[in-house]
Amino acid sequence: MYRYIVNRVLLMIPTLVGAAILVFLLMRLIPGDICVVRLASGGGTFNAHAVDLCHAEVGMDRPVIVQFLDFIWGLCRLDFGISMWSGKPVAYEIAVRLPVSLEIALLATVVAILIAIPLGTISALKQNSWIDLVVRTVAIAGIATPSFWLGIVVILAILDITDALTGSPWMPPIDYVSLWHDPIRNLSMVFWPAITVGYRYSAVTMRMTRSAMLEVLREDYIRTARAKGLLEQIIVNRHALKNALLPVITLIGIEFAFLIGGLVVTEQVFNINGIGRLFVLAVQNQDYTLTQALVMLTVVTFVVTNLIVDLFYAWIDPRIRYG
Amino acid sequence: MSTIVSTETAAAPAVADDLPDRPKPLASRALDFCRRQPLGTLGLALVIVMLVAGLGAELLAPFDPTSNDFAAMTEAPSWAHLLGTDQFGRDLLSRIIFGARTALIVGFTCAVVGGASGLVLGVGSAYFGGAIDMTLQRVFDVVMAFPLIVMALAVVSVFGTGVHNVIVAITIPLIPRCARVVRASALSIREVPYVDAARACGFGHARIILRHMVPNVMAPFLILLTAFVGQAILAEASLSYLGLGVQEPTPAWGLMLQGGAEEYASTAPWIAVFPGLAIALTVFGISLFGDALRDALDPKLRDR
Repeated sequence: MYRYIVNRVLLMIPTLVGAAILVFLLMRLIPGDICVVRLASGGGTFNAHAVDLCHAEVGMDRPVIVQFLDFIWGLCRLDFGISMWSGKPVAYEIAVRLPVSLEIALLATVVAILIAIPLGTISALKQNSWIDLVVRTVAIAGIATPSFWLGIVVILAILDITDALTGSPWMPPIDYVSLWHDPIRNLSMVFWPAITVGYRYSAVTMRMTRSAMLEVLREDYIRTARAKGLLEQIIVNRHALKNALLPVITLIGIEFAFLIGGLVVTEQVFNINGIGRLFVLAVQNQDYTLTQALVMLTVVTFVVTNLIVDLFYAWIDPRIRYG
Repeated sequence: MSTIVSTETAAAPAVADDLPDRPKPLASRALDFCRRQPLGTLGLALVIVMLVAGLGAELLAPFDPTSNDFAAMTEAPSWAHLLGTDQFGRDLLSRIIFGARTALIVGFTCAVVGGASGLVLGVGSAYFGGAIDMTLQRVFDVVMAFPLIVMALAVVSVFGTGVHNVIVAITIPLIPRCARVVRASALSIREVPYVDAARACGFGHARIILRHMVPNVMAPFLILLTAFVGQAILAEASLSYLGLGVQEPTPAWGLMLQGGAEEYASTAPWIAVFPGLAIALTVFGISLFGDALRDALDPKLRDR
């Protein structure tokens, strides 16, 4: 077990280095120049000298290899440098926006689990019944519906319903207040994007729960449990569900890591100033330091989640022992 | 199935026992599929409707999708404009019909190119093993760690927007996802005696991979392929919505949702509702068909 953990952690290194090289090269291949973007946005004219000065300021006058080593060395010290666009530390830019994105992601996960596991289980237990058909259709619809369009429809519905009920349309607030400060205002903001993302998330999880349950329900030990006359409830809860949940947990973990990507579009629709919006902004402004930091953040989240899921697997399932 | 077999045995009782699994004609197999998989048939029907719309857009669309009619801006659905018009007076139905072409071109090209590359890399990786397998796996890890939309964002920023670049942007992240699944099923096939036999016969690597291994990973591959078409259509819509994908005046569903759909959401909801419905129905159809295909191809699931 110990050797397995060390092995897995060591295998993360080439992935992270590869991702760092890839994002560094990609950013430098993009035509355009942050300094030109910055100076042009200030209005008025500027000359080559101003661009040179700006390059020196953000450190782009150094050889590319030096910039790369600086970037890697910064990553090792968890120092992401200064945002080339705003001049503030990258860590600050991310820290300001992380809470709202994280809250939406966590709430979406909770929504997904609460909907998916009971419905997926029922669907498998009553295979080919009308409940099963409905659940499967709803799940496939969840995968097929683009989340940004669902977001637009949700906003539309909120506007229409509140207009009909109170006489004046109501919109969820767009400025973030922390959950501890004003829970109602906070939840009335993050709830809508969370269910929008959560629908797709729960659809994927529901399908996995269903197929994993179907597989487990055909195992010999379930037949044994039935043969010895155990209550169906105990068979499902204690014998079937526990075993079927393994792949479901993996999926929840991986989907959570991918949520950052999914939030890019949803935050745009709901006008939320989170990590996803920052991502689009950073790429559009050619902000090398900020984009690199955000990509590395996503990759690290993904790799670490994968590791945790694998270790969790080994811990929860005594049959799995890695040498 | 039983009815067809019984008519055959009645017609030729002598050979029926020798040929219990004679392949049935395609038409009756298709009929069989429809009877067993009503949801899958519905999905197939939706896909066919979209295919017809995409192929015959010029004949079917009542208006030119790009011509503005400033006398008929943001008009509600009526007999003249069945789905209404947008803020530039363009007919929404015509734009959705032409949008089907864009969506299907992107969807199928990405799925086929990404899938085929993933198939070759996945089977090759499993067959050769060792250092090649190890290196490919690490490369896949890196590409997979980037969320699809982020990867696409990066590719589009490098090569610019437009249909061709969107296809490249969506295809690249699909390759490792396909290779992973294919590799897993190819690994178990590599140990099967007939591959050893083929090697003992002195066949070349290419022949063993293409003739002996690829056909045996076809079932998971086909299921993956249908999922990819749906994913690619959704990714294209997302990118176009963010302004990083297909550009005006090309009609595309995601783009239709970007251009003012939110601003007009309360006054002209049809602008926001119909293009999204087109995306959802298409991907819904493809997914239903893919699910039915999985049930039909997987012998473990067949008689449940």
